[in-house]
Amino acid sequence: MSSGVLPYTVEPHPVWGLYSGKLGTWLFLASEVMLFGGLFSAYVLLRVGAPEGTWPTGEETEMDWKIGGFNTLMLIISSVTMVMAWASLKMNDFAKARTYLIITVILALAFVALKLSLEYYPHWHHGLKPSTNTFFGLYYLMTGLHAIHILGGVVVMLYFIGPGASLWKTNPEYYTNRIECTGLYWHFVDLVWIFLFPILYLMN
Amino acid sequence: MAGAHADISKHVKMYMCVFAALFVCTILTVAVSNVHLGHMNNILVALAIASFKATLVATIFMHLKWESSSIIWITLGLCAIGFCLLILLPVITANAFPASTVHSTWG
Repeated sequence: MSSGVLPYTVEPHPVWGLYSGKLGTWLFLASEVMLFGGLFSAYVLLRVGAPEGTWPTGEETEMDWKIGGFNTLMLIISSVTMVMAWASLKMNDFAKARTYLIITVILALAFVALKLSLEYYPHWHHGLKPSTNTFFGLYYLMTGLHAIHILGGVVVMLYFIGPGASLWKTNPEYYTNRIECTGLYWHFVDLVWIFLFPILYLMN
Repeated sequence: MAGAHADISKHVKMYMCVFAALFVCTILTVAVSNVHLGHMNNILVALAIASFKATLVATIFMHLKWESSSIIWITLGLCAIGFCLLILLPVITANAFPASTVHSTWG
């Protein structure tokens, strides 16, 4: 192993059969499943354990499925643009990949902007805060944590659109692998929302 | 390289099919929630559709369909067991948690 060079960034590890970044990303995602799994478990426990008639109804929570549904579609489209960015790199079309990454970032920021302006702000303004009841405590925790994950993904994508893009010129395969790992993370974020949408917007 | 391009082109077609399926499933989730099947059945149907959507994302977008490395499947298998335990925790501990953990209002 030569000093200063990370091994298996492009070629698969002889034992794992994966390049190191991908293995690391999957292990990280496994820990993320446990993190969100704990919160889903808490939701089920508190939802099922709530005394009859005390869990807020859909009208009381002011959750608008149209906003949630629109946000769901935006995240799904962003997943498609993310995977298309990787596919474009595989076809040696960096310009197209960059465009797809930019669209992904725009959709991600639009998701957070909608969440803040059409949901968090009016909710807060109407006195629906985390301290209001158990539902809103969980709602802010789960969607807030999800939104932080989205912003984390945006930071990574902006890096690869901007300063990190120079890696494409020196080592295109390494760059492509990094975009694949970013994509794995991004699809996971989409996957979490796929479950959050029905339980928060449609089940009250 | 031409072969690799052809493979990726096939992938792209599949991505578009998955996108269409996810789009339809999202509409289906909302539509089914407006049909009164009974509270528990509504929840189960919504979770079943969500699970199907999640499977599509994981297998196609996250490339698990083409993944042969055993380490990923071991990791995911352990992860699935852990996740199931977490979800079943409320059932396993149904009579063990104190009533004070459940509040409809705090304020």
